[in-house]
Amino acid sequence: MAEANGGTPDNIISVRDLVVGFGDRNVIDGFDLDVRRGEILGVVGPSGAGKSVTLRAVIGLLPKKAGIVEVLGVDLDQATAKERLAVERRWGVLFQQGALFSSQTVLQNIQMPLREHTSLSPKLLDEIARLKIDLVGLKPEAADRFPSELSGGMIKRAALARALALDPDIVFLDEPTAGLDPIGAADFDKLIMTLRDALGLTVYMVTHDLDSLTTACDRIAALKGGKTLAVGPMSEMVKNDDPWMQQYFRGERARAAGIGATAA
Amino acid sequence: MQVEAKTGDLKIETFDEGLVLTPLGAWTAEGVDAAARRAEKLDLSGAKGKTLAFDLGQLDRLDTVGVLVLHRLEARAAEIDAKVEIHNVKPPHQRLLDALSDRGRGDPPAKAGEFGPVTLLADVGESVLEMGKDAARATSFLGAVVAATGKLMLAPWRFRFTSTVVHLERVGLRAVPIIALISFLVGAIVAQQSIFQLKNFGATLFVVDLLGILVLRELGVLLTAIMVAGRSGSAFTAEIGSMKMREEIDALKTMGLDPIEILAMPRLVALVIAMPLLAFLASMSALLGGGLVAWIYGDVTPVTFLQRLKDALSLQTFFVGLVKAPFMAIVIGLIACTEGMKVEGSAESLGARTTSSVVKSIFIVIVLDGVFAMFFAAMGI
Repeated sequence: MAEANGGTPDNIISVRDLVVGFGDRNVIDGFDLDVRRGEILGVVGPSGAGKSVTLRAVIGLLPKKAGIVEVLGVDLDQATAKERLAVERRWGVLFQQGALFSSQTVLQNIQMPLREHTSLSPKLLDEIARLKIDLVGLKPEAADRFPSELSGGMIKRAALARALALDPDIVFLDEPTAGLDPIGAADFDKLIMTLRDALGLTVYMVTHDLDSLTTACDRIAALKGGKTLAVGPMSEMVKNDDPWMQQYFRGERARAAGIGATAA
Repeated sequence: MQVEAKTGDLKIETFDEGLVLTPLGAWTAEGVDAAARRAEKLDLSGAKGKTLAFDLGQLDRLDTVGVLVLHRLEARAAEIDAKVEIHNVKPPHQRLLDALSDRGRGDPPAKAGEFGPVTLLADVGESVLEMGKDAARATSFLGAVVAATGKLMLAPWRFRFTSTVVHLERVGLRAVPIIALISFLVGAIVAQQSIFQLKNFGATLFVVDLLGILVLRELGVLLTAIMVAGRSGSAFTAEIGSMKMREEIDALKTMGLDPIEILAMPRLVALVIAMPLLAFLASMSALLGGGLVAWIYGDVTPVTFLQRLKDALSLQTFFVGLVKAPFMAIVIGLIACTEGMKVEGSAESLGARTTSSVVKSIFIVIVLDGVFAMFFAAMGI
């Protein structure tokens, strides 16, 4: 039962009373969240609300002061090193700046997790990497380029391909469309949705992009002051009467993204 | 809950109509390895001109890697004109197969750059050319520095005094302990070995001459230069290099600021001021170390040591050593800054340039010392 593909059928990630802080200042204080299997969840909040901090705490890059984080049914604090590794192999992370290894080509970057965690033949590794490159919509020529030779959009796609290398169940995306032009961002949203459907992914996405939130996300979690303000689909978010939520989801830019129209 | 298999397998059955392949268990990145190796070696000749059927009904898990192995089998079936049929696909697997049906097929682009004697020769040629270019770059950088110095002389208020002081502290003050310690030890070692040899001739006292001249003319300044190249040259390259990586240098240029004036000048000036001071300190420290050893091993009392030192040395010996310091400082600073400017996008390039900065500085500093020695000998100093 400690098998890492367990968890309740619905909640693939479950966070309870999460507290994360630096020194005596708590950035996250009593954060609750459930992520359902197969959904795309968008996490929003004002700058400095701790969106990225939450993500880093869930994947274990930041130590938490209190709270329980369960991923795939495994409590990451109680888990043995082996169980933890089993969980870590079933998630992929796309960092804000891509975090591609600059001394390796795109192909080698994608192969890195596979090389470390499996004993597949080099030929198969090459083919897998090329398949992932194709999956994320990069041209085959991109395989042998170095990250410094890629554009911003290509870096995001290559980093997504690396996050997908081990065919994870969950992908964490930290501002995936930040720094992309609107067309590139829309393409990326579409890509995430296609991949979710094809590979049965669960997506945890920190974002500011209202277009992503409307088109790609099934549910939205709003964070404010280190707490969960509201969780639900866009239609519920629009009705929330918190001033920040009002401004965010019913402001100028939201109307431009077509959210106001659905609410009215 | 049913326990799922963690590894995959492949069952082969032969019929009159052809072959039936039944993948079993988990065809995933972790589990498919054994099955993939079997599939690779599989003899498909039984399906030649007939049918190759896949029965996916007993497959627990499938991911893109598993699909890829299936694709490879299908491609081989196409080569022998076998008809491919896929049966009993579970719905989630079907979705994956559909999504990937036209992905990642086709041949990978040809790879260039095999290793061989030709590439070896090409590498050697490239290195030689690169050396030439390096010399040109350093010279042009020196020119740019001279030009910047000229501009600063006309507008001295633009000289970055605070930055220079900061670098002076890093390059000079903070290097004092390590340079003093190393020179002390080297002075002591040289004195000890000299005493052992000079004793055979009953000329122990000459250790003072030997030590004094060697330390003041060569060792003090050379040790300092090597330490500074390692400590500060590497730091300059890494600082300027990471600024280059993050487009900070470009940002300076777009503001109409001269990176040489802002980044290189303060560092160079700090080096030129700090090096002679450090070299003096190194010499004194080495003399102290040597003097102590001479007292202990050679019974040369401090009073005798100083007396002898005064007779053996002239002010010229002292300046011959120190005059080299500013030149070495300029060489170290130039190499560090040019190498820093050569950094490209990757972390690897930063490391390579930093290494090359230190190696080149130390090499050139020693060559320069040799040139000075020849020059002074020719001048009879």
